[in-house]
Amino acid sequence: MTTIIPAPKAPKLEQYDVEPVNSQKRRQPLYAARTKIYPRRTKGAFRNFKWLVMLITLGIYYITPWLRWDRGAFAPDQAVLIDLEHRRFFFFFIEIWPQEFYYVAGMLVMAGIGLFLITSTVGRAWCGYACPQTVWVDLFLVVERAIEGDRNARMKLEKGPWTVDKLWKRVTKHTIWLLIGVVTGGAWIFYFADAPTLLHDVLGFEAPIVAYSTIALLTATTYVFGGLLREQVCTYMCPWPRIQGAMLDEYSLTVTYNEWRGEPRNLHSKKAIAEGKAVGDCVDCNACVVVCPMGIDIRDGQQLECITCALCIDACDDVMTRLGKEKGLISYATLNDYNINMRLSEGTDGRVDPARVRDTSTGRLIDAIRHTTWRSIVRPRTIMYFILFSAIGLGMLTVLSLRSPLDINVLHDRNPLYVELKDGSFRNGYDVKLLNMTPTPRSVVLSIEGLPGGSLSLADSKGESSTAIALDLDADKVLPLRVYVHAKDVQSAKTPFTLVVTSTDGLVSTARANFETPEPKK
Amino acid sequence: MSNKEIDDLSGTETTGHEWDGIKELNTPLPRWWLWTFYGCIVFALGYVIAYPAIPLISSATPGLLGYSSRATLDAYLDAAKAAQGGLVQQVADTPVAEIASNPDLARFAAAGGRSLFKVYCVQCHGTGATGGPGYPNLNDDDWIWGGTIDQIYTTLTHGVRWEADTDTRFNIMPNFGADGLLEPAQITTAARYVASLSGLEGGENTPEGQQLFAENCAACHGDAGQGLPDMGGPSLVDAIWLYDGSLAGIETQLQKPRHGVMPAWGARLGDTAVKQLAVYVHSLGGGK
Repeated sequence: MTTIIPAPKAPKLEQYDVEPVNSQKRRQPLYAARTKIYPRRTKGAFRNFKWLVMLITLGIYYITPWLRWDRGAFAPDQAVLIDLEHRRFFFFFIEIWPQEFYYVAGMLVMAGIGLFLITSTVGRAWCGYACPQTVWVDLFLVVERAIEGDRNARMKLEKGPWTVDKLWKRVTKHTIWLLIGVVTGGAWIFYFADAPTLLHDVLGFEAPIVAYSTIALLTATTYVFGGLLREQVCTYMCPWPRIQGAMLDEYSLTVTYNEWRGEPRNLHSKKAIAEGKAVGDCVDCNACVVVCPMGIDIRDGQQLECITCALCIDACDDVMTRLGKEKGLISYATLNDYNINMRLSEGTDGRVDPARVRDTSTGRLIDAIRHTTWRSIVRPRTIMYFILFSAIGLGMLTVLSLRSPLDINVLHDRNPLYVELKDGSFRNGYDVKLLNMTPTPRSVVLSIEGLPGGSLSLADSKGESSTAIALDLDADKVLPLRVYVHAKDVQSAKTPFTLVVTSTDGLVSTARANFETPEPKK
Repeated sequence: MSNKEIDDLSGTETTGHEWDGIKELNTPLPRWWLWTFYGCIVFALGYVIAYPAIPLISSATPGLLGYSSRATLDAYLDAAKAAQGGLVQQVADTPVAEIASNPDLARFAAAGGRSLFKVYCVQCHGTGATGGPGYPNLNDDDWIWGGTIDQIYTTLTHGVRWEADTDTRFNIMPNFGADGLLEPAQITTAARYVASLSGLEGGENTPEGQQLFAENCAACHGDAGQGLPDMGGPSLVDAIWLYDGSLAGIETQLQKPRHGVMPAWGARLGDTAVKQLAVYVHSLGGGK
């Protein structure tokens, strides 16, 4: 058998119509450099409000550790102190011990519901006014403006060559920023130790290393987040905008460009009117864009980046006033009101027609236009949040005001559960802790109730037992005790009884416990 | 295909990769992310040089700083030993009866004693020191060889019936029944008398029993059966029994007594450890 191998045909080559995906000319940088934002200074009601909030929040932060609160000789006199070493939290007249951590849990629950409440009513008010990132960026911008000037001057300086003046301005700016960072980190550590002592130690280089490393860490984060990263923290790093965005609804207040009145925007409106074109209130001056610290255009609608700082409202109101038009082209409005107004303004072609929302004779907005008022805040959802928030708050206040500063904890021995003694009686051992949660020493009496024939003894009493034991408690301390309870002829294998601690000044605290014996012989 | 392909919806360039009509957007990463990434690489390089990192066959590269978790552990252990060194020496230097007068020292000794107890004593006396038949409960107030701290210390040091120690606690109860020292009827009478001392069921206080007790038992157990700790004779009048606390149990013990043995711990653990054990056992609630 011979196999005939056919001669190969001349290959038919196909030319592919293709270009490399990552060819030289298609390639674009993989990493986007940040485009710097130069927010312009604004004046107006919201700006003033933000100054006030800044003053209050920074004031609270920096001044709180220096407030004093007299607690007598046995406790620190710092009004707010987180004493990690002794595991105490002092807050004015309140003193919290570690086992009372549920107060903190309650506060966190309140903070959560508070977030729901605030967000569902006034939107991202936290982001726009009270968030430390916003407040410190504002503070850093104040420094920046004071040294480098406002938006245009800063842009010019950025583009210009490196002159002595530019170098001097930059060095000064960054130095002040770093100083702010140091003070911020410095204030933080004062919450954890006696502030005047710690300040003295820090300045004398005698403070613990953790104090310096904390200052260094917070200096770095303040400087980097507030000075360098700024809006990127909100846009890229922070989960809050996403969470808050999910909690907004159509009745929440958001900073809104009222398109129904602004469009069609026109920079040369007089000329346009002369030409017979329809012209909205927006003169396309971009004042709202240049003041925005997030670098967005609010006229694009609601955006993730918008922290609702309302500075664009101030900027726009200023322009509207100068043009003799009504304020509020950009305003706090609910999506619901916006939608209603949009429907009123849209003509048959789906475009905004300024004539539809204005009374042609007076030039004023027609009455059908919905203006968002405080009423939008009050609705079932927010009322429910408010009730929940208040209920938990009141509940915690009640528990806090009713709690006894004298407490007793009892832990029954597990091995052995009971010990039979020579005289046929039984002894049970307990680890008892007496907690004196006030900064004054106390005299107390420990006794038992509900155990017929029962008596108490302490570990070192050499078998002597009595029905009550007098003890002295140190200020703000726990007294751990080994307590033995003796009883004879107990009726059941497990007899519940109560350990009672009574102070000479009338405080009483009790703890339930069991007295165990073997099953009585029948 | 020669130009950049821009996605209509997002306005972002695509990579050109397409799966079932779905195209991948080429969204640029932010620059700060890139710098963080580079920073991590630099850190990793430094880490590899400074710390043990690259595995070799039986070891790893030591790293410039010479760090070793084992050496760190040793340092911690040495520091812990150094920290308690003073107290251990104090326990060694203080007579066992005086340790209690220094609360800090007593707490330290009891804590050490508790650890030792868990290793050497729980096999017989139980984790709660409650003992069992033949092994005394150390929580109660009944002590065969005495419950003062010195007596406990001596018992611990020399043991009980521990032949290797010449000073060991030693006694022996005669085999009254097995060796024919007493008639079976006499054993029953004596057992009934002993049972009557603590009010056990079947107890009977008879003149015969009383006489048998005085002749055979009182020398070790005391005239009234109250026990003689110096002799190691257990009390027969209380509610606590080393073996079976019933008439039958007493008869069994009279017939052929059982004897427990406890090792002498002084030679094995050293004096300081025994002192700590004594402090701990004394603190269990029954110490006199």
